Amino acid sequence: MNKAMDRIKNGIITENPTFVQILGMCPTLAVTTSAINGLGMGLSTTVILIMSNLMISALRNVIPNRVRIPAYIVIVASFVTIVDFLLQAFLPELSESLGGYIKLIVVNCIILGRAEAYASKNPVVPSIFDGVGMGLGFTVGLTAIGLVRELIGAGSVFGFAIPGYEPIGIFVKSPGAFIVLAFLIAFLNFRKMKKKKSNTSDTVCRMEDCMHCGNTSCGGKFFDFDGDTDVVGHVGKKEEKKEMEENANE
Amino acid sequence: MSEFTKIILIAISAALVNNVVLSQFLGLCPFLGVSKNMKSAAGMGVAVIFVIAISSAVASLIYQFVLTPLHIEYLQTIVFILVIAALVQFVEMFLKKAMPALHKTLGVYLPLITTNCAVLGVALNNVTDHYNLLESVVNGVGTAVGFTIAIVILAGLREKMEDNDIPAPFQGMPIVLLTAGLMAIAFMGFSGLVRL
Repeated sequence: MNKAMDRIKNGIITENPTFVQILGMCPTLAVTTSAINGLGMGLSTTVILIMSNLMISALRNVIPNRVRIPAYIVIVASFVTIVDFLLQAFLPELSESLGGYIKLIVVNCIILGRAEAYASKNPVVPSIFDGVGMGLGFTVGLTAIGLVRELIGAGSVFGFAIPGYEPIGIFVKSPGAFIVLAFLIAFLNFRKMKKKKSNTSDTVCRMEDCMHCGNTSCGGKFFDFDGDTDVVGHVGKKEEKKEMEENANE
Repeated sequence: MSEFTKIILIAISAALVNNVVLSQFLGLCPFLGVSKNMKSAAGMGVAVIFVIAISSAVASLIYQFVLTPLHIEYLQTIVFILVIAALVQFVEMFLKKAMPALHKTLGVYLPLITTNCAVLGVALNNVTDHYNLLESVVNGVGTAVGFTIAIVILAGLREKMEDNDIPAPFQGMPIVLLTAGLMAIAFMGFSGLVRL
């Protein structure tokens, strides 16, 4: 049980996908026009993440290593389709406002990243809790960004209007998403710098989280394309070693 | 509205009005990650145009001639993502064999596009909007051109920003996002240009 709580805490706080790993940016920016949309998207992703982690972990000794990525994609895509139809049937309003972005959960870096980094190497139960933790972490991130954008841009909180406030419409439009995220990451950088008194090299981003989904801006850093320094890589190795030791100890 | 006007409108709408990165937030990872300098930005842009043009044609054909006759339209997400992933691999292998020069310029970018949400997004949008084969390809190329315009402009701005004195917390990603936000405001000027 301790292990389970550890995975959940890890997902929500230590390795929060939105605030620490900066993964899955497309849905983060696209659907956070209101807190409710962010919550809906986050929970849908959580369900898919739990199911796909469970499935991939259960099949981890069956799937041949060489075709694992296509196999993961098929598994994820199946669950995405199921969730998409369930939303259309039971929550048509939410489905309408999230639009095509539900289908695009297939290419969300978080899901493939967790499959590759955790579920494919760990037993079923910890993988489920890893999915729960990461999913809730993502949900918290999306809801928080949605809350800020809705508050500034539409002058309401979860749909309840605040009287006497003149909303700044641009924040619910597309530029607002970029601007809010920019300030958010700047704030996180600022806090990190104050705490560490050093530069921001303590990101928990791993190479495999980023590479398979073409996420080139992992952990707020840019994947160095010209190959001078592998910013994403060497941070990852240290982290990975630690995790491998952890697993060996069990 | 004649078919020709419709095609032109689809192209303009895809490239400028509903810009894929700045208003739909698709393909954001390469947009932010590969916009450090003009050269790699342009390379990425061309690679995306190439892949999206082929993939939207293939996806449209598969939807019309395989999924619809068999009444398995609900499998579109699974089929499209697999087709796109296979296609990118295939294109890379083909380029390596047949056009080594082109492969050298585009090769690095191709694996990054495999699960780029823009490629899948276009294929799914083509289905949602009931576009036929020609319209799908035009929409795909238009979208990719929009991506290229945006990433090249961003790369140009980032090159200019390189020597500026940026407050430490804003260095790196935040300032790029702010720049992208300002670009998105500029691109909002295109809205209302086209009414389909």
